[in-house]
Amino acid sequence: MLQITGVSRRFGDVTALADVSLEIRQGEFFALLGPSGCGKTTLLRILAGFESPDAGTVTLDGADLLGQAAHRRPVNLMFQSYALFPHMTVAKNVAYGLEREKLPKAEIRDRVGEVLEKVGLSAMAGRRPQQLSGGQRQRVALARAIVKRPRLLLLDEPLSALDKKVRAEMQLELKRLQHEVGITFVVVTHDQEEAMSLADRIAVFNAGRVEQVDEPVALYERPRTPFTAGFVGASNLFAGRACSAGLAADGLGVLPGASDLPDGTPALLAVRPERLRLGVGPGGASGGGPGGAGALRGEVADVSFYGGVSHVSVVVPGRAEPVLVATQGATQVRAGTRVVLSWAPGDGVLVPQ
Amino acid sequence: MRRSRLLYVPFYATYLFLYAPIAVLVVMSFNSGDSPYSFEGLSLKWYGELAGNAGIRDGLVNTLVVAAGSTVLSTVLGTLLAVGLARHSRSKVLDAIGVLPAVLPDLVLAIGLLVFYASVKMTLGLHSVLLAHTVFGMAFVAAVVRTRLTHCDTSLEEASRDLGANAVTTFFRITLPQLAPGITAGALLAFTLSVDEFVIAFFTAAPTEPTLPIVIYSMVRFGVTPEINALATLLLAVSFTVVIVAQRMTRLTESLS
Amino acid sequence: MTRSTVSGATAAPRSRRSRAPGRLAFLGPGLAYLIVLLLVPLALLLSYTVFRRGRFGGVVYEVTGENFTRLLDPLYLGVIASSLKLATIATVIALLVGYPTAYLIAQLPRKWKTVALVAIVLPFWTNFLVRIYAWIVLLSGPGLVNSTLEGLGLGPFEFLYNQGTIVTGLVYSYLPLMVLPLYAAIERLDPQLREASANLGARPARTFVSVTLPLTLPGVVTGCLFVFVPSFGNFIIPELLGGGRSIMVGNLVRDQFLKARDWPFGSTLALALLAVLVVLLLLQAWSARRA
Repeated sequence: MLQITGVSRRFGDVTALADVSLEIRQGEFFALLGPSGCGKTTLLRILAGFESPDAGTVTLDGADLLGQAAHRRPVNLMFQSYALFPHMTVAKNVAYGLEREKLPKAEIRDRVGEVLEKVGLSAMAGRRPQQLSGGQRQRVALARAIVKRPRLLLLDEPLSALDKKVRAEMQLELKRLQHEVGITFVVVTHDQEEAMSLADRIAVFNAGRVEQVDEPVALYERPRTPFTAGFVGASNLFAGRACSAGLAADGLGVLPGASDLPDGTPALLAVRPERLRLGVGPGGASGGGPGGAGALRGEVADVSFYGGVSHVSVVVPGRAEPVLVATQGATQVRAGTRVVLSWAPGDGVLVPQ
Repeated sequence: MRRSRLLYVPFYATYLFLYAPIAVLVVMSFNSGDSPYSFEGLSLKWYGELAGNAGIRDGLVNTLVVAAGSTVLSTVLGTLLAVGLARHSRSKVLDAIGVLPAVLPDLVLAIGLLVFYASVKMTLGLHSVLLAHTVFGMAFVAAVVRTRLTHCDTSLEEASRDLGANAVTTFFRITLPQLAPGITAGALLAFTLSVDEFVIAFFTAAPTEPTLPIVIYSMVRFGVTPEINALATLLLAVSFTVVIVAQRMTRLTESLS
Repeated sequence: MTRSTVSGATAAPRSRRSRAPGRLAFLGPGLAYLIVLLLVPLALLLSYTVFRRGRFGGVVYEVTGENFTRLLDPLYLGVIASSLKLATIATVIALLVGYPTAYLIAQLPRKWKTVALVAIVLPFWTNFLVRIYAWIVLLSGPGLVNSTLEGLGLGPFEFLYNQGTIVTGLVYSYLPLMVLPLYAAIERLDPQLREASANLGARPARTFVSVTLPLTLPGVVTGCLFVFVPSFGNFIIPELLGGGRSIMVGNLVRDQFLKARDWPFGSTLALALLAVLVVLLLLQAWSARRA
């Protein structure tokens, strides 16, 4: 188990990490998610030993990690740029870490062959990194890290340099490998889809702090901070004060939502675009719609079709930004159509502000 | 990552090694005593002696004449050559000829020119040094300007041609203004190299018209005099100023472009 | 071309027609200059190697092989060998001093990097003879080094006029030429490669040997050439710091032209010097292609 307690790091005036504590379980696939500059990469570099925190402790299975030099830690990192040694072949790159352990030559050869087979690159063993495609390079970087059988594998934006098709393949492959080798994986990413699809649990980072740690579904459906609600998945956010029916929104009336907040607490109501129902109807006052759910009225500004889904943006009087609605398949509404927006109270999540 | 403290030893040693002799020269140039070795007191005596030394004054004038002339010639020829090589030629042989003067040992170029001047029966003088310095000056200007050219957008020149301008008009109206910082840097380089150049001048100058480095050489050969300390300090001051000004200027042009 | 004849009256196709004259206008003057004042002189030198010396300098156009036979005289071969030795020692020392320096400069914060680099280059832009002269002042009998040592109860020593002084002078003069290409190579190196090596369990020394050094080798080779080439053909440093004896090829060449007035043999020596450098350059190109 990896235990991070009270880790802080400042660079001059910039706080990269502020009192971060996390517990990552053995064999877990854990993601650190956040925008660039949120401190997640600094934490990764602290775990790998390339940075030292100003305060805090990190233990791996109870043993202190920070006191060990980078090259002695049972932690391996897959670099975002892959950092493959350009003057060595694929096999030499993969063997490099094992040679440092002074293992017998025969064992090194066997383990390199085994891991290259596992990532499907046996045929490329004699090539140089420059002769490989992006996806292949990434597999080499992965093989080079897991062949050491680390107790903790760190992955820095593992899919960001790949094109869309290869990404999907690699995503599956990473999960399969993680199951097979049973190593704890910690992945750093700014891409919430990447984090959602890969990780068992996600820590959302913002400005050097952990906003929320949860499983992907919970994170998506029950964001607990405004930042998480905004960052994880597209959300429609309404500002106002909590009330018994949901949220008394500024200028829009009462909007339905599930709340355990005391009445009057300043809060945001988050509604996912795909939870919104789109009804075609004549104009009228907002609030109190069909099925008892609260509703908004407005006019369609734009419709874009993305194959399986359509995104409809609706301009609602009293609100500056358009409300985004995602509907299955093609939709009949067009720009200028007057529509009614509604949602079940359970789909409106109140987040204290 | 943490760096070994041990690495700093050669680092500081390098700078000490580079600057200690220079520092000694500068200090000794203000010596009031006659010995070039022991410091007796502050004085500008040797700068006065230097000012009265006709040999050095003539050498300086000769050097400036040669440097100015060869810089003008080098800049014109080198710029044209750079544009020609970069835009109008794909020949590796021509490229090689263009860089040859910069990589050839100065001694070989010097005796080659001496032999050449003798065989065409040209009398030696400032003109022979000027022509000789232009050989390498042009190569350095061409190299600097070419680097600048590779950073220039070729589509600007193509646009000019597309709008009906011929190669020459395009060169003067489009290429040249873009190259200006490179040409300035190249000219500065050619001038500095010419002022400092000794070996080629030594072989191609007339004994009656020595350049400043030749004058220094004969002074050094005939022994150490504190006058050289003063001269060295002045030369150092000029070089330092030129380099620092050039550094500032390139940073300025970089920040502007 | 066909288009320009068809619509010759319009302005647009003019650029196509002016292409060949443009080429000549740009390449012509510079190349002509280099042919007359570079290629012809080199060809002259080459041709002189097979002729006999004139009585008062110059050359008698009588083909002979004696210049090359004379080159094989142990006296001259010895001088070439000692030039190779001194230039090699100077190059190795410059590399050993220059590499850590360049390495540290590359790790400095951006602002200090520029300052450190300019400080490396500055002495190089000051007059060569002045820098050599500074060493004479430092090292001569009553010079600063000796008087300091005397204060410590040592010496005085004869520092000047030996091979060690020559090497010192060579290293001092050309060290900047070693540091710059090394710096460029180290700076280009992705720092993540070193981190990756540490991450895979390599100690810093191992990382240096297995990753940093092989990947900066082109810079090492360039730096070594930059120091070796001017060292090998030098005649001023051996003369001023080495005591004026003909210890390096450069001195021999100078003497053949300015003292013995034997131009054919001087040319032969100069071309032997050039040949050694060409062989080195070819070796470097060959090793670069193999890597």
